[in-house]
Amino acid sequence: MADNKGLLVDEQEFADYLDDGFHDHHHGDKYQTNFITHYIFSQDHKMIAKQFLITGIFWGIMGGLMSLVFRLQLGFPEADMAWLKPILGKWITLTDTGVGSLDPQFYYALVTMHGTVLVFFVLTAGLSGTFSNLLIPLQLGARDMASPLLNMMSYWFFFLSGMIMFFSLFLNTGPFSGGWTAYPPLSALPQASSGSAGGMTMWTLSLVFFVVSVLLGGINYITTVLNLRTKGMSLWRMPLTIWAFFVTAILGLLSFPVLVSGLLLVLCDRGLGTSFYLNEIYVGGQALEQVGGSPILYQHLFWFLGHPEVYIIILPAMGLVSEVMSVNARKPIFGYKAMVYSIMAIGFLSFIVWAHHMFMSGVNPFISNIFVIFTLIIAVPSAVKVFNWITTLYEGNIRFTPGMMFAIGFVSLFISGGLTGIFLGNSSIDVPMHDTYFVVAHFHIVMGVAAFFGMFAGVYHWFPKMYGRFMNDTLGKLHFWGTMAGAYLVFWPMHYIGMAGVPRRYYSFTTFDFSAPFVGTNQFITIAAIITFGFQIIFIVNFFYSIFKGRKVTEKNPYKATTLEWTTPINAGHGNWPGHLPAVHRWAYDYGKDGRDFIPQIEPVTEAEKERDLARVH
Amino acid sequence: MMYILGFLIAVLLVVVFVQIGKINEIVARLRGQEVADRDGDEISAKLMVVFMVLFLVGSTASAIFYKDSMLGYGPLELATPHALAIQGLINTTIFFTGIVFIVTHIALFLFAYKYRRKEGRVAKFIDDNHTLEIIWTAIPAVVMAILVTMGLYVWNNTMADVGEEEKPIAFVSTDMSEEDIKEGVGDNTYLEIEATGMQFAWILRHPGPDGLIGEKNYKMIDAENQLGQDFSDAKNIDDIILDELVLPVGQKVRVRITSRDVLHNFAIPHFFVKMDAVPGMPTYFVFTPTITTEQYRENLSSHPDWQVPADATDPDSKMRWEEFNYELACAELCGRSHYSMRKIVKVVSREEYNQWLKDNMDKSYYLNNIRGTEDDQFIEYGKLTIEEKIEEYAKEKEAAEKTEEASDTSSDEETGDADTSSTDEGEDASSTTNTGDVIDEVIEDVNNAIEGSGVTEGTGTEVPVDTINR
Ligand code: HEM
Ligand SMILES: [Cu+2]
Ligand SMILES: [Cu+2]
Repeated sequence: MADNKGLLVDEQEFADYLDDGFHDHHHGDKYQTNFITHYIFSQDHKMIAKQFLITGIFWGIMGGLMSLVFRLQLGFPEADMAWLKPILGKWITLTDTGVGSLDPQFYYALVTMHGTVLVFFVLTAGLSGTFSNLLIPLQLGARDMASPLLNMMSYWFFFLSGMIMFFSLFLNTGPFSGGWTAYPPLSALPQASSGSAGGMTMWTLSLVFFVVSVLLGGINYITTVLNLRTKGMSLWRMPLTIWAFFVTAILGLLSFPVLVSGLLLVLCDRGLGTSFYLNEIYVGGQALEQVGGSPILYQHLFWFLGHPEVYIIILPAMGLVSEVMSVNARKPIFGYKAMVYSIMAIGFLSFIVWAHHMFMSGVNPFISNIFVIFTLIIAVPSAVKVFNWITTLYEGNIRFTPGMMFAIGFVSLFISGGLTGIFLGNSSIDVPMHDTYFVVAHFHIVMGVAAFFGMFAGVYHWFPKMYGRFMNDTLGKLHFWGTMAGAYLVFWPMHYIGMAGVPRRYYSFTTFDFSAPFVGTNQFITIAAIITFGFQIIFIVNFFYSIFKGRKVTEKNPYKATTLEWTTPINAGHGNWPGHLPAVHRWAYDYGKDGRDFIPQIEPVTEAEKERDLARVH
Repeated sequence: MMYILGFLIAVLLVVVFVQIGKINEIVARLRGQEVADRDGDEISAKLMVVFMVLFLVGSTASAIFYKDSMLGYGPLELATPHALAIQGLINTTIFFTGIVFIVTHIALFLFAYKYRRKEGRVAKFIDDNHTLEIIWTAIPAVVMAILVTMGLYVWNNTMADVGEEEKPIAFVSTDMSEEDIKEGVGDNTYLEIEATGMQFAWILRHPGPDGLIGEKNYKMIDAENQLGQDFSDAKNIDDIILDELVLPVGQKVRVRITSRDVLHNFAIPHFFVKMDAVPGMPTYFVFTPTITTEQYRENLSSHPDWQVPADATDPDSKMRWEEFNYELACAELCGRSHYSMRKIVKVVSREEYNQWLKDNMDKSYYLNNIRGTEDDQFIEYGKLTIEEKIEEYAKEKEAAEKTEEASDTSSDEETGDADTSSTDEGEDASSTTNTGDVIDEVIEDVNNAIEGSGVTEGTGTEVPVDTINR
């Protein structure tokens, strides 16, 4: 380990290398001379990051509101929803007495949109789009991404994808309603569900554009990490954020195309009369001609993306949390190399566990044996990460910034949700748990909420870098406690509902005797969800207010952090560093070393340090 | 009006938030940012501990609160042997994960509190420790190895299909001991039922007296013939479509699960049974229900939660426990009424089941709608076919019982317990005659049914037993 931190480099060589011919443009660079090129079609990675973030926030609000509507239906099925009629129109059906209730078809459409929007638009684009863009060049000492143009296109494809999804909400037949996993034949047959008509076509189109966006972004992230690191920034000196974004981009590049092929085959089945996924179907009073396909093939293709996708969501959050935690504990992240190796291990393993989503789907039970083994192996690197985070706090000098608090909360959520994964990963236990509320609890805690916490940690922490101002601390802490308590109150009881065998995606809990006892629990959850959403409004207000009115950042490095982004000017222009690029002499985690609070990466290693580090190696 | 009000409240809240935030910022500036931050940290750190306590207590308390609602932890017993095995695995997992959950949460929040920022404290530079890391890689690895081993053992038992030596039957033996029923030991026979998912109902098919499910063809589906049963297949003659699933207790049941349209999932929570229904690809789940509905109700009756009127608005309605039923649900999103694919599952004593089958076996679609019409492919052979099938069944049954008896007595001799063996034999003898009677009656009934429908002549045909679809 020591060899990564303390090697001296030839200073002259440095200076030559760092003079990359960049000249400080006092009026911005030549691409950014007007409003449109600066704020809209910007090629500056920092601006693109903000675009991803704000679009992500928009979709976060949309997805959250959708969930409130279907939670209202679940918690208070008797309540009058007529007041939503001006917004939802015919999807609110009125009884003779004028009591409105949510149409089941639209309930499922909302569930589907909620899942899709949050998984893809918020936790993929909003999270890794934002922070990969912001931090990769800044923390690696690059002027921008390898290809700013592709980067800009990546955002605009995301925007287009979002627009298509948004417009699908207004279709007469309703938006797609077959679940975010879009299993055929339901998704392939308009006769089987009105949401599978135009809604599904637009959903597919939207996701295809989304994948284009992810791929353009991913190629850029990978290239930038591999080629544009500043002098001295060896791979082993990169902050964990970058490692996480790097592995995430690789996962995306390898898995998202598989989703596209899976979806294109659905389109073929819908439009061209092929039967990739269709076999012996009688629907809408008619026996379909298509035979020979297998719906299970789709599930293999989907989950070959789907499982890596959940790690595409959580790895960036892990990276952000590691960094925020180390900075605010004033300690190096514990076991840096173990953290990197576990990111890689998780990334690799995430490609060979997909069928744990399919234990009960009719695949040969023998196959499941293998997937159980790989799935439970993932728990090992995950556990290592958790232990390392906890040890990072040990003997620290912790500053409770909102970012830090969300980082600590993340660890708690990741533990709680990861442990239930160990239940589900064991195929036998998946027999009773599959497709019940237990799964809903599992993935909302470990992925949904935890990834949000990683994102919040990142937003609070790097807001000064984005906008040159701080977000309000008090509101940040209020937001943290409300969300932390609220999220657990919402999702924890779902474990019990699942352990009573209640399937997920049930519009009503009263059709079955076994689910009826949970009517009260459902009310509780709905109320908790509304309150938790209320706390998110605090965040949103804080965010937008602080952009314009927040406390100003007065020093370059307000957190006393070691990494390169804090060596740029407070409001850095395109190109990030005026004059030469910074040179790196050590790893990113020299906190509390030699009695010093922190030693920036740009500070050369002293002879004494070098000798001691070498001594440690031998 | 309401919208305006809502909007105003929203605006008000925003203003309040901004003011709170601002005031604190101003106060901080007045007191000095450093001091204010440190005081804030003190509070946050304490809240971390408060949260930890509330969370750990809350999660434990809620588990206790919900104990009686969860399957297998309170009055809601698990009604199949494989469910009990799975529950054992769940408990083992709860044990290990519970320890990790508590220890890591205490460490996380206590460290956060203990190492909060203090004037003059310098964090310690600890970058790694290989011994520690090896230990905490090894421990999860070992635990996972244990869980995987146990898990796969249970899995392969749970998912095992019926064996070659096991015979499909319709009428069940009535001489099974209480013990064997409870443990789901089985007698080398299985009852094959078919469940077909459609939007939005389950179509349940009993194989009829021959114990064999007939062929179907999705192109033959119409409003009448919901499954597309192919009535040129003799196995279809006696197949019965059921309103509710009736299963004999202690009997190994193989459900053949199919779908007509989209994916569904055959799920019976109390049995821990769950399997997707895939169009064009039959799947299966094999299980043995070991508690009759009657018994289950009785067990519930002693629990206060269940001693309340089933209909809360009507104090004179039946008690909750009296109304208990096993339920078949759909657990794979299949469209707008996915949540309502309910069918009742009745587990009855073996005698009751035989009687039920006897009473219902003339309800087959063929006998009531096809026989004697121009679509009838068995005008000539039908009579003999069904008789033969039943006779064949009776013979097999007898042969099976003989070998069983032989093995029963031998095992009794081995244990050498004179008392029980004599009573066992007594029971065995009487129940054997019972079974014989039932079968005789069955044959008679079917004869009547067939003769009643006006078929007089037939030359007989072989039913190819090996055409059962798996
Ligand atoms: C210890 C590690 C984990 C294990 C063993 C595990 C295992 C599983 C299994 C077996 C399922 C399928 C359950 C079912 O449908 O019956 C599942 C569902 C899921 N898991 Fe995990 N998981 C783990 C961690 C994670 C993480 C870290 C994430 C995301 C960041 C995640 C996200 C999800 C999601 C989104 C689903 C549900 C997908 C759906 O059906 O809609 N899991 N998990
Ligand atoms: Cu997965
Ligand atoms: Cu369904």
